[in-house]
Amino acid sequence: MKYVDEYRDGAAAGKYADALKAIVTKEWTLMEVCGGQTHAIVRFGILDLLPAAIRLVHGPGCPVCVTPLEMIDKAIAIAARPEVIFCSFGDMLRVPGSGRDLQAVRAAGGDVRIVYSPLDCLHIARANPAREVVFFAVGFETTAPGNAMLVQQARQQGLKNLSVLVSHVLVPPAMEAILSSTQNRVQAFLAAGHVCAIMGTGAYLPLVEKYAVPIVVTGFEPLDILQGIHMCVRQLEEGRAELENQYARVVATAGNGPAQVLLAEVFELIPRKWRGIGEIAQSGWGLAEKYRAFDAENRFGLADAQVAEAPECISGLVLQGIKKPCECPAFGKTCTPERPLGATMVSGEGACAAYYKYRREDAA
Amino acid sequence: MCLAIPGEVRSIEGARAAERSGMIRFGTLEKRASLAFVPEARVGDYVLVHAGVAISIVQPEEARRLFDYLDSIGAAAS
Amino acid sequence: MIQHNATPAMTCPLPLAEYPHVLMAHGGGGRLSARLIEELFGAAFGSDTGHDGVVLDVPTDRVAMSTDSFVVRPLFFPGGDIGMLAVNGTVNDLAMCGARPRYLSAGFILEEGLPMATLWRIAQSMRAAADAAEVRIVTGDTKVVERGHGDGIYINTCGIGVLEHTRPIGPAQVTAGDVVLLSGAVGHHGMAVMAQRESLSFSSLIESDCAPLAATVMALLDRDIEVHCLRDATRGGLAAVLNEIARTSGLQVDGDEMAIPVDDSVRSACEILGIDPMQVANEGCFVAFIAANDAPSALELMRRFQPQAAVIGEVVVGKAGLVTLKTSIGGRRILDLPAGELLPRIC
Repeated sequence: MKYVDEYRDGAAAGKYADALKAIVTKEWTLMEVCGGQTHAIVRFGILDLLPAAIRLVHGPGCPVCVTPLEMIDKAIAIAARPEVIFCSFGDMLRVPGSGRDLQAVRAAGGDVRIVYSPLDCLHIARANPAREVVFFAVGFETTAPGNAMLVQQARQQGLKNLSVLVSHVLVPPAMEAILSSTQNRVQAFLAAGHVCAIMGTGAYLPLVEKYAVPIVVTGFEPLDILQGIHMCVRQLEEGRAELENQYARVVATAGNGPAQVLLAEVFELIPRKWRGIGEIAQSGWGLAEKYRAFDAENRFGLADAQVAEAPECISGLVLQGIKKPCECPAFGKTCTPERPLGATMVSGEGACAAYYKYRREDAA
Repeated sequence: MCLAIPGEVRSIEGARAAERSGMIRFGTLEKRASLAFVPEARVGDYVLVHAGVAISIVQPEEARRLFDYLDSIGAAAS
Repeated sequence: MIQHNATPAMTCPLPLAEYPHVLMAHGGGGRLSARLIEELFGAAFGSDTGHDGVVLDVPTDRVAMSTDSFVVRPLFFPGGDIGMLAVNGTVNDLAMCGARPRYLSAGFILEEGLPMATLWRIAQSMRAAADAAEVRIVTGDTKVVERGHGDGIYINTCGIGVLEHTRPIGPAQVTAGDVVLLSGAVGHHGMAVMAQRESLSFSSLIESDCAPLAATVMALLDRDIEVHCLRDATRGGLAAVLNEIARTSGLQVDGDEMAIPVDDSVRSACEILGIDPMQVANEGCFVAFIAANDAPSALELMRRFQPQAAVIGEVVVGKAGLVTLKTSIGGRRILDLPAGELLPRIC
């Protein structure tokens, strides 16, 4: 596959490994923000190629992990209703709410359908005029434009039986929350490449300037990640703090104009609660006034319920890179992918799940 | 997050920008994706597709830069 | 409610043509039942198929027995159908015991309203699969459940195979130093079914690899290859097999991802959907744990049946139950069991 295979080349990866060994002179802590990058790091065994002095911590870039428990419960409540066809990305199906997950709702007779694209919901709504179609609109800025297009087209087509349960979160506010924490140990960031493909790179300049940290916009294949790490470490070794773009083949500085225009029309900035971290101001998107009629929370009249997380769960600390999954006493014992206690074990690329799947031998 | 795969635009359908879609070839499979956010995409371009929506056009000259960078640091390391 | 489109590809005229759908009475034991057995199943499997029981001549003291039930949706998918699956699934389980499959029983649970043409097509498919696998379907049973209480059709097959050798085959025989061989490319069946079921339309068809494996296994045993263990990689894929054998043998399995054959179309589909081909179900692919000195002969033999057969790893003393893979960039990852049903992802 072009633009994929060449970035998985073993010989080139080996050269990056050598180059990293050659330039590193002290210990550095880097964070990759995006869950997709976490997935790639673990799936390709990139840690095996890094010198021990480079410590990689996994950030909160996993929208499945950070979706609040209350939102999962709302999704389950809606999906269980007999008139509803509940559509979701596959990622959300096994996320446990306070009681059960969407897969259990499906097993109990709920009409829960996996969609590959949000636009598939338009066909489903047109084909089932007597049913209420609800789409679980989760994700970061990468997924938001497609979800926005769904809502815009639903409005243009006059679809009365479609609504969306929105739980969008934004990356820059999460990075700021990590950087502003007194416990922060991250010295450089690999910024989320596909998020930047949509939003551009500008939002990271204020962070670079305020906190004097290198930020390198990075892609998702092994060579992308290795190059991003090299660019970060080079800056750190040279005492620089700049914004660089490793993923320029896909990320333009200004981002994707048409997508940003649609996002501004359909969504507005709101505070969002991040599971494991808490509420971060202006860190999410909700439907703008013009599209509020499509908001499933309003349509189904759901209030926020009180929820309680498992006390032993330290996913908040893991999400911010303060603790590693294997440093959690519950990791691999009372907390496993089959019986997750918290957010980061729930999704396949949550830091804890990724570690469990690929590096269990590191656990204490 | 953000699983997105590059594929080659093989055909483009739809008159208005918002309705533009194309058959995209990924390896040996083809699948339709919306091209509404990449109005400049042409047949033969590679686009990055996420959840059925193209979000960017792959720039071939930039794609080679990674290997130029690798050569430059390789020369320095050896 | 049954929802599927069966466009019959029949070679003989449809039996019981005056009954376009299965009725409760077809499972009731009366006249309609008898007609279903004689005119449909009898026509497909052979008129001497017993419906209560059958006496068989078996030439050896030791036999292998295996049973499996088949509930796949959709009933028809590129490369196969539930009937073909039901025959090959049990044939292959017997082959994995080192037995030559000989006889099958077939039990059917039919949902009232199932189109007779669908049942006929499935029965004919089972006959064709049985002939290809050199087994006979010798007995069976039919029940009909009320509309809404089944999923069209469920099939159980139970098989008997004969052991023509005395070599013990099973996880207990696996030792450190054994070589792990794979009979062919992985990922076809699961991706074919997923593409169909989730209406993920790809332009070119991925076909199930549903096929009998007994001939390859018999060839290995006939040549007296030191086979320690055999497992077909069905649900859970290659990952499930390697993990199961590592766990039950108390050893570690180290594999090389680049050595595992994956066809381009399967690879593309897995990349698009974010699925690991190592965890995708197969229906015509098996793993063999072979003593190191016999591995080259085994590979050469297996390649005669499927040219993509490959050495994919080895068994080592390490952490009991651990399965690792060397990645394309020279790193290492743990290959774990899939969490559950394979789901496409966007993250």
